[in-house]
Parts: sequence; structure tokens; C-alpha cells
Amino acid sequence: MTGSIVAIGMGLAAVGAGIGIGSIGGKAVEAIARQPEAIGDIRANMILMAALVEGTALIAILLSYLVA
Amino acid sequence: MKFCQILFVFLFINSRISAQTDVQGQANSKEQIQEQATTKLQSSVQTDPESKTEDKILINEEGKQVESNGAKTEQHGKFDPKETAFHHISDLNVYSIGPWNFPLPCILYAPGQGWSLFSSGKFHINDDHHGSGHLAIDRYVLNMGKVMLIQDIGFPIGQVEIQGFEIEEREIKGKKRDINYVLYNNNKYELDQASAADGGIFGGGITSFYDFSISKNVFAMLLVIGFLSWVFLGMARRYRSAPGTAPSGAQKLIEPIIEFIRDEVAIPFLGKKYMNYMPLLLSIFFFILGLNLFGQIPFFGGANVTGNLGVTMVLAIIVFIIVNINGKRHYWEHILWMPNIPAAVKIIITPIEILGIFIKPVTLMLRLFANITAGHIVIIVFISLIYIFGKSGENVGAALGASIGSILLALLMSAIELLVVFIQAYVFTLLTASYIGAAIEEHHHDEKN
Repeated sequence: MTGSIVAIGMGLAAVGAGIGIGSIGGKAVEAIARQPEAIGDIRANMILMAALVEGTALIAILLSYLVA
Repeated sequence: MKFCQILFVFLFINSRISAQTDVQGQANSKEQIQEQATTKLQSSVQTDPESKTEDKILINEEGKQVESNGAKTEQHGKFDPKETAFHHISDLNVYSIGPWNFPLPCILYAPGQGWSLFSSGKFHINDDHHGSGHLAIDRYVLNMGKVMLIQDIGFPIGQVEIQGFEIEEREIKGKKRDINYVLYNNNKYELDQASAADGGIFGGGITSFYDFSISKNVFAMLLVIGFLSWVFLGMARRYRSAPGTAPSGAQKLIEPIIEFIRDEVAIPFLGKKYMNYMPLLLSIFFFILGLNLFGQIPFFGGANVTGNLGVTMVLAIIVFIIVNINGKRHYWEHILWMPNIPAAVKIIITPIEILGIFIKPVTLMLRLFANITAGHIVIIVFISLIYIFGKSGENVGAALGASIGSILLALLMSAIELLVVFIQAYVFTLLTASYIGAAIEEHHHDEKN
């Protein structure tokens, strides 16, 4: 089994991004529940933030490819 | 709309060039490595087959893994999902749809050999999905759909029948690299890496020739640009000839999207000057969206254009240039000498902010590349499950069972990818708008104070 440490790294990156996107999504749903009229702004910001969080995870996965 | 068209052409030309410059950039130690390679080759050519087998045994004894899959064109070795995935996401010189390989024009340049221009059909591609050629033309061969150059100058020029290909794993600078060999006349000839930007990232990238071909990705890009130009120029003509009338045809689909980009992306981030940047934002959005969607069409070659680092890099460089040439005093002041903070903190902040100028386009580039590539890889891996469970055709029952599961998983993943396709095009546009918005912002502090 070569590259197993890389696999752990990929997993950790996924965990980090999962926590981040989870909290973004949860907070966004709470905000929409509180202010349904602001759904457009909240959704746009949610997607933007999710993309930024996801970016770090994808960079980690990419780097793990390079290391492997 | 004409601006869009010009930008598309610009993008297309640049993506090819960037692929080359990327390769050039990585070839700093090219001469050195070439020297090594040629000396190695000379020794390998001079040795007869017997001594070569001795070499192999020696390597085995040293504990290094030697993989010789045998001639790819003759027999299928053990199924390797990683290799399959990377083969399918990479840029090729043939367009493969199912078992058929459609030749594409090759425009190649090698220093000392000059330009070569021919169709990749001249390699006599055998009709399997690997897309390997039977012939070598002027020392160029087609290996797994990619044009490669035989390094040895002693190899005969012109059309030569070759016996097959071989892959050997070798350790270069502590990294395992697959070195491709071509078999001819009972000798092994080492091949250069294919000339491509992503080939550079995933496997060496040091090449002795330059590939300006209309490759699979360029062909897909041309198709999408042609389609978008046709749709948008037709729409523009209608807006000119019948202004103020209700939209019809494609307008009904495209107009809400343009309005969405204007109202949700351009105006909130760019303010009053949004019209200056609408052509850029719309070009980026539809270019990425079109190519993303094109790559998602199943059984159609699966061109992975936006999942190619060269393409996303050019997009990011365009954004980088536009952000920085439009940067106002306010923007540069905040980067170089942040106002209203102590001088000690400024010394720490300034390098970080300067790094930030470059990190922003790099993350743009990587985000699009990684998302689209990851999607393609996951779908390929799900399909690969059939072969893994079926042990490459030995266990038909398990393959049938696995195919049900993997088709369902691949279908689910494709549905998610359709969502990702839109989100990534939107996010790229949104972040572009936010970067430009931050650069052109003025008098923000004055209002606050």
C-alpha cells in the first residue's frame, strides 16, 4: 500500500471542507428561515463561501496528487 | 457580442500557447536531462536484447518495481483505474468516441527537425480505445492517443512500422515516473513525454518538441466557440433588427441568464461601471459553462477542456491582467501600504497582500480545474468498478452485478456534476466580478470616516 499517508491527507482535507460547508449551509438555512425575503442574497453568498472553502480542499487534493 | 467572439478566439489561441509556455517553464533543467537521456539511450541502443534482460533483473534485485505491461496494442494487462482515469481526462491527438478514433490534425515542431504537419490518422490507429498508432512518422509516434517523439536521433525518418509500446517505471529525483518506450527492430527506444500542460503536472512535462496540434481539447473548444458564436450572433442580429419586441427562440433561454449575471453578479460588485465589464463576465461565464456542459455529454468523447490546467490558467491570467490594470489608487494603497494601521503591522501585512495578488488567480485556476477534473475522475472510477469487480472480463457475473451499482452511482454523479457545471461557471464569474470590484473601488474610506 503506497501513498496511504496521502490518502489520509486527502481524507483530512475532505473532513475540513465538510465541516466548513456544513456550517455554511446550516447557517444559511437558519438565516433563510429567519428572513425568507433575503433568500437571493443569502444563497449567492452561501455559494460563494462554499466555493472558497471547497477551494482549499481541492487544492489539498491536488497537492496530494502531486506528492503521490 | 463581437467583443465576446474576439475574446473567445483570444482565449483559444492563448490556451495553446500557455500549454507550451508552461512546458517551457518546467524545462529549466531540460538540457541536463536530455543529455542524460541521450547517453542512456546510446547505451540501450548499443546493447543487444540479452544484456537488456540482465539490466531488468538487476533492477529487480535492487528492489525497484519494474512494470512492463507488455505491448499495449497486443494485449490488455491488469486493469489500472488510475491510468484509465488519467488517460480519459487528458488531452489527446485523436478524438475517440466509443471504439472509433477520429483523426485530428497534428502540427508539431521539434528543434532541428522543423515543422511537421499531418493528420493523426496517418499513424494508422488501431480501432481500440487506447488510440495507439502502428506507424512512426518522422520519429513521431502516437502512444495512447498522444503524439510523442522518439528521442534517439538514430531512429529512421519517414514512415516506419513499429511493434508496440512498453511502459517502465523509473525513479527520477525520488519520484516514480512512467517512461514510455517504443519497440522497433527488437530494440527499445525511449519516448519523450507528450507536450501538454497537464502532462507536465502529472508526468514529467519535459519535452523536446512542441505540439501546436488541433487536439481533442482544441477541437472541443472550437466546436463550443462556434456554437456560442452562432447562438449569440443570431440573437444580437435579432435585437438589432427588432428592438423592444418579446424574446423568441434561444433568447428566451439566454436572456434570463444574462439578466441574472447582470443583476446578481455585475451590479452588486461593480456598481455603476458594470457595463464596462459585462462583456468580459458574460464571455467567461458562457465559455466556461459551454465547455463544462460539453464535457458532461456522455458517450461523446468526454472532452475535459475546463479540467485542463492550461485552459483555466489562461482564464485566470486574463482575470489577473484585467484586475491589475484596472486597479485604482485605493486598491494599490491597500496592498502596498495599508492605511490606518500601525507601521509594525504594515511590514507584516504588505508581503501577505502582495502574495494575495497572485494567490487569487491561482485559486481561480485551481478551483475550476480541480472541480471539473474531480467530477470526470469520479465518474470514470465508478465505471471502472465494473472492471475491478469483473477482474477484466474473468468474472462476468460480478461484472454484471457491479455494473448495476456503478451505472446508478455514475448517473447520480452525473446529475451532481450538472449542478457543479453551473455552480463553477457562476463562481468563476462571481469571483472575477468581486476581484474587479475590489480593484476599482474608490473613496470607500472617505465615506466611512
